[in-house]
Amino acid sequence: MSRLDVAAIRADFPILKRTVRNDRRLVYLDSGATSQKPYQVLDAERDFYENNNAAVHRGAHQLAEEATDAFEHARSNIADFIGANADDLVFTKNATEAINLVSYAFLNATLKSQHKKDLPAGSERFILKVGDEILVTEMEHHANLVPWQELCDKTGAVLRWIGLTDEGRLDLSDDSLFNERTKIVALTHQSNLLGTVNDIPAIVKRARAVDALILLDACQSVPHMSVDVSTLGVDFLTWSGHKMLGPLGIGCLWGRADLLAVMPPFITGGSMIEVVTMSGSTFAAPPKRFEAGVPMAAQAVGLSAAVDYLRALGMDKVAAHEHEMTQATISGLKSIPGIRIIGPEDLVDRGSAVSFVLDGLHPHDVGQILDENGVAVRVGHHCAKPVCARYGIVAATRATYYVYNDLDDVDALIEGIHAAKKFFGV
Amino acid sequence: MKLENMYQEIILDHYKRPHGKGLSEDFLAEVHHVNPTCGDEITLRVSGNEDGTISVSYNNEGCSISQASASIMFDQINDLDFVHGDNAVEHLVAMLQRTQEPNEEVLGDGIALVGVAQYPARVKCALLPWMAWKDAAIQAGMKKEK
Repeated sequence: MSRLDVAAIRADFPILKRTVRNDRRLVYLDSGATSQKPYQVLDAERDFYENNNAAVHRGAHQLAEEATDAFEHARSNIADFIGANADDLVFTKNATEAINLVSYAFLNATLKSQHKKDLPAGSERFILKVGDEILVTEMEHHANLVPWQELCDKTGAVLRWIGLTDEGRLDLSDDSLFNERTKIVALTHQSNLLGTVNDIPAIVKRARAVDALILLDACQSVPHMSVDVSTLGVDFLTWSGHKMLGPLGIGCLWGRADLLAVMPPFITGGSMIEVVTMSGSTFAAPPKRFEAGVPMAAQAVGLSAAVDYLRALGMDKVAAHEHEMTQATISGLKSIPGIRIIGPEDLVDRGSAVSFVLDGLHPHDVGQILDENGVAVRVGHHCAKPVCARYGIVAATRATYYVYNDLDDVDALIEGIHAAKKFFGV
Repeated sequence: MKLENMYQEIILDHYKRPHGKGLSEDFLAEVHHVNPTCGDEITLRVSGNEDGTISVSYNNEGCSISQASASIMFDQINDLDFVHGDNAVEHLVAMLQRTQEPNEEVLGDGIALVGVAQYPARVKCALLPWMAWKDAAIQAGMKKEK
């Protein structure tokens, strides 16, 4: 397999031309938080505003038609990228909203049933009873934990979780976690802190055996590897656009068509309705039922351009490229005395998020010295406090890689850590 | 380099050899403050003395700036009354917002924290112990009008 031409890729990213702190080359190792954007994405967004801007799905003028076409073409293209049909792809503000959309489908179906409102056949599986269970894992980002905690608080359902092994993998030894009370299993595809890529077929098999739904948080997988919902076996996939070279302000929910069809809406208002009278309303079919208000058309067009960009690179090549940097990072870190990697050290089923702590030095201080060297990393709890607690740390330093990084960036990270140790005398 | 303005020797000294660290068993109020972006944490206790001053004790975990700042806070405002302690807190806030020049008389070694103002992400680290003190003192009913 041929490799990525990183020099050519870097030329597409204007921000990589700037310098930071004392004229240092920018070594951006924080793509797990948000990725940088190539000209192709910026140009697509600008082109929409310059030539086609209008409120989509409204009005009969030419611009409205063009904007609607651009928006719906983006939906098809993005859906195609994950092996889905356009009608099953919902645009949200971000991945957090996408997860909330599903958790609120449960809450709203439950509330409506308690008030004896008409619900479509098939929506029963979204109605929660006291004692029903929602299963998450101990490695979830807060975005895939807090909405489920809230749902349990409001319905009397019980939150359970799959624990972690010392190596940073899911501990699937307790089969009783999957039982007839389990209504949905919500888990991450790749941990944003540990880098662990979870064994989804193993989860799907257990969840299916008890007829539970499965939501996969793909924020750290769709940008970095080939993901195909037609073979994954999950019911919902959520991810954000801005972590995959796309604009801020757009996320995605893919859902199985028969489930989306019976889910009550989350945010309500314009665009998502069918008939509205003073005494009540009926709702549009998915995906519009879940897209109240004027949608983020320019961002969808930008995200579609990001998808084109990644598709042209080839997701297998992207994954192989990141794997190479991950390997170099782990071996580089292991050569530094006092380093502890938080997450798997083996490279099997492992993505490019590499977190670590350093004896005697707080991550914030490590990050500051790295920043002084032009190396941008994430420090803190990474919106995954329970993961930190599991491994007995309050914070970690994390490097994440993407298509515009190369082995020189890994070297800059390792050199920066040595500089931090020297500066603080540890 | 600019960074050395923030990590002055005096800051690193306080970080490596903090003053007053360790919780007192005797207290009127206890608070636990966290810096949610990075995981700095402090537990701080206050007790009142007969002369109206406030004794402080603390235990903390976190970056060099938050730990050094706690040590400096202990030096500067332990056994001060609320008005004087709060005055120091306000001076520190203003210095970190760059609206006031460092005042060694009020802040002591705290003037060395001035370099933190160049790094907005670290300002919270520096303020954490001082804000915890203020919160605890108010909760303990030690706030007296001037």
